[in-house]
Amino acid sequence: MTQEPLAIEVSGLQKSFGATRALDGLDLSVRTGEVHGFLGPNGAGKSTTLRVLLGLMRSDAGAARVLGLDPWGRAVEVHRRLAYVPGDVELWPNLSGGEAIDLLSRLRGGIDRRRRDELIDRFDLDPRKKGRAYSKGNRQKVAIVAALASDAELLLLDEPTSGLDPLMEVVFQDVVREAKEAGRTVLLSSHILAQVEKLADRVSIIRRGRTVQSGTLAEMRHLTRTTVEAETERPAAGLEALPGVHDVTLDGARVRFAVDGGRLDAAVRVLGEAGVRSLVSHPPTLEELMLRHYGDELAANGHQGADGHQGADARTDAADAAGTADGTGTADGTDGTGAAGEAGAVR
Amino acid sequence: MTTTATRPAPVTAASAPALRAAFTGTGTLLRFALRRDRVRLPVWLLALLTGTLATANSYATLYDSPEARATAARTMATPAALAMTGPRHYLDDYTYGAMLSHEMVGFMGVLVGLMSVLIVTRHTRDEEETGRAELIRSTVVGRHAQLAAALGLAVLANLALALLLAAGLAGLGIESVDPAGSLVYGSTHAAAGVVFAGVAAITAQITSSTRGASGLALAVIGAAYILRAAGDTGNEALSWASPIGWTQRAYPYLDDRWWPLLLCVGAAAACAVTGFLLAARRDVGAGLRPTRLGRATASRALTSPVGLALRLQRGLLAGFGAGLFVMGAMYGSIIGDIEDMLGSVDQIQEALAEIGGATLAESFAAMVMVVIAVVSMIYVVMATLRARAEESGGRAESLLSTGITRTAWLGGHLTVALLGAVVMQLLAGLGFGLAAAAATGDHAMTGDLIAAALVHVPALWTAAGVAMVLFGWLPRATALAWVVPLYAFVVGYLGQILRFPEWTADVSPLGHVPQLPAAAMDWTPMAVLTLVAAGLCLTGFAGFRRRDLDTK
Repeated sequence: MTQEPLAIEVSGLQKSFGATRALDGLDLSVRTGEVHGFLGPNGAGKSTTLRVLLGLMRSDAGAARVLGLDPWGRAVEVHRRLAYVPGDVELWPNLSGGEAIDLLSRLRGGIDRRRRDELIDRFDLDPRKKGRAYSKGNRQKVAIVAALASDAELLLLDEPTSGLDPLMEVVFQDVVREAKEAGRTVLLSSHILAQVEKLADRVSIIRRGRTVQSGTLAEMRHLTRTTVEAETERPAAGLEALPGVHDVTLDGARVRFAVDGGRLDAAVRVLGEAGVRSLVSHPPTLEELMLRHYGDELAANGHQGADGHQGADARTDAADAAGTADGTGTADGTDGTGAAGEAGAVR
Repeated sequence: MTTTATRPAPVTAASAPALRAAFTGTGTLLRFALRRDRVRLPVWLLALLTGTLATANSYATLYDSPEARATAARTMATPAALAMTGPRHYLDDYTYGAMLSHEMVGFMGVLVGLMSVLIVTRHTRDEEETGRAELIRSTVVGRHAQLAAALGLAVLANLALALLLAAGLAGLGIESVDPAGSLVYGSTHAAAGVVFAGVAAITAQITSSTRGASGLALAVIGAAYILRAAGDTGNEALSWASPIGWTQRAYPYLDDRWWPLLLCVGAAAACAVTGFLLAARRDVGAGLRPTRLGRATASRALTSPVGLALRLQRGLLAGFGAGLFVMGAMYGSIIGDIEDMLGSVDQIQEALAEIGGATLAESFAAMVMVVIAVVSMIYVVMATLRARAEESGGRAESLLSTGITRTAWLGGHLTVALLGAVVMQLLAGLGFGLAAAAATGDHAMTGDLIAAALVHVPALWTAAGVAMVLFGWLPRATALAWVVPLYAFVVGYLGQILRFPEWTADVSPLGHVPQLPAAAMDWTPMAVLTLVAAGLCLTGFAGFRRRDLDTK
């Protein structure tokens, strides 16, 4: 995998708008053929990064290569090989959706008519409606169909489903999976965590214009804490003393704690000695990963204390939105604000 | 969208408290609308006021003897002249005041109508189309509050205009322009304004697009103007079918009649009530007329940069094209009477003599061509700046991330603007030429006048060039491109009459155009203007290739 050429290679990217620093040394590498999740809160610099990758904006410093080419100097060559869905799709009020799809696809260099019609069908889009009559979700469908009906080898999707309903979200996930199977590379910017978890091979988390973490979800989970809940025959003693175990709450036979990725083995052994009746462990969700990086911001916004619940709610909503609930509830909020100091150490 | 399942009963059947509730929040929204239009409205009012005061002053200078005014009255008696001004009764005692009312009330009625229509559609249909209305309507705001606030704003603007005009004109101290007449004069404008505000209150319910709503209302204004033009030249009953005809029949400075203005107030109230009733019958965001479906696929022609630009600009192209053709035809139709009309006005004669030309008609045609070229220039600047509108509207972003270069995309819009300039001048010249040939029987004039119109094209291209440079290098300052047509108008039209120094004309691109048919053809300035335009456009392209795209 690592021998594959990189579809997107970005290092030290900087971009300022007046006094605002949108990108502050951003790094990103997307391997050919993977679905790469690009995560960050609003204003973290996701859209700006994509626009630099498209050559719509010029970076102040740093290097960017898209499909091996300089996106500013050879924008059109790059564009012929990629398709882009903007976060805020604006259509021409007096052009129909079908006309907009054809326009965008043909300007990109051709359209697979059969695939276009199939996608219109799957997304349940009426292509005869005028641009001004579409809702946000339908405008997004127009851009998604135009992008996916092309044979572009790279798809840049900027929060493509923020206006879609749950059914359409599922269709979207299917379509992205098909694109991946067809060998295409996808950069999927989002703050819908469940979606990225379902689709992405690797993830980059950015914050304030800087990459704070990048890797596979497994790697990231390994580097963070797992939450364990157990019921034992005898009270599990000695857990607090173990290195890497945090936030132990003992309630008779029930115990609950968080443990660093590399220290799970020792902790489970202690439980085994106490006689395990039941054991539930939750891998850290992206929600928790995000909270580790953004926890201090939430705290600054007066979110102290309730973060765990809030996180769980958001997580549940996201899972519901995706039409499936995978049951990994995280109603504890172990680290949240507290662990924010550890953020950013991993790359 | 935001309508509830149990739709409230129509207003007619509603109880008084329910009716009052439907207007909840009107005052707040009106203050908000005033805040939003705090620059726009004063600019409108000031422009209308200064235009009127300048005209009143120029009459006092131009027709400075009773004989000159009597001659003017005689020449105004032709049907063509009456069609462009107002009813014949004004000519009975052609004082400065009567002259002002005769020539301005109808024409200004169109402009005030335009202002009122734009106020109403901007605060009603545009709010709905952009989705902001949903946000507002979901708060404690009655279903009629937005329309009521928009109409309130239009009424306030028109009252302010009436008072400004009354005070301004009375303050000029021109003989026969007395305070009582000035108050009637100002009120004619307000009366026309509120009628067309009422019309817009109806059209805003009919279509779901702002442009459609404004366009329908503007068509009503146009129809009202044509009705009165037809009525004033022939059967006066037609004028009585037009609100503009009513305002002209107040005869400010002549009879000072108020009751025709009451007709306007009544019509405005009836229109407004109709608007409220229609609004209660539709959903927020929807129009009474269902939106038509478009094509499911794009035609070949659409999917090229020029094809797309043409498609996006076809409304603008058709509107200006038709307008310029009619404008040309109107000037052409009076060219036969021109010797009588202007023969007694010394200043115009001197200005025309300076232009040269074998006959007064030729000189007049050359002078009118400048006005026509300025209107075409407005089109050219609008068409070129369409690229900017596409960019700041966020629609350029998706296009420019496809296989189309920035140059090709911008070139599409520029091509439409540049070729559009040719089409505009051709249509205006054709209208002018055909009407002039019909009026004078001299068919050779048609070709001459088309050529006289077309020589202005390179000068129009330089205006596109200026817009291009701004777009490429200072995209946030593209509005500055409007300085070019504005300056060209002030210098090219007023400058000739008010005798500005020579150099002021040299700064305007139109100042270098050979003044056909009065002067001989000169290819050198044409070539130079074309080269300047090309240089400016290339500079604009270079700037656009270097800068960031403005995104939302």
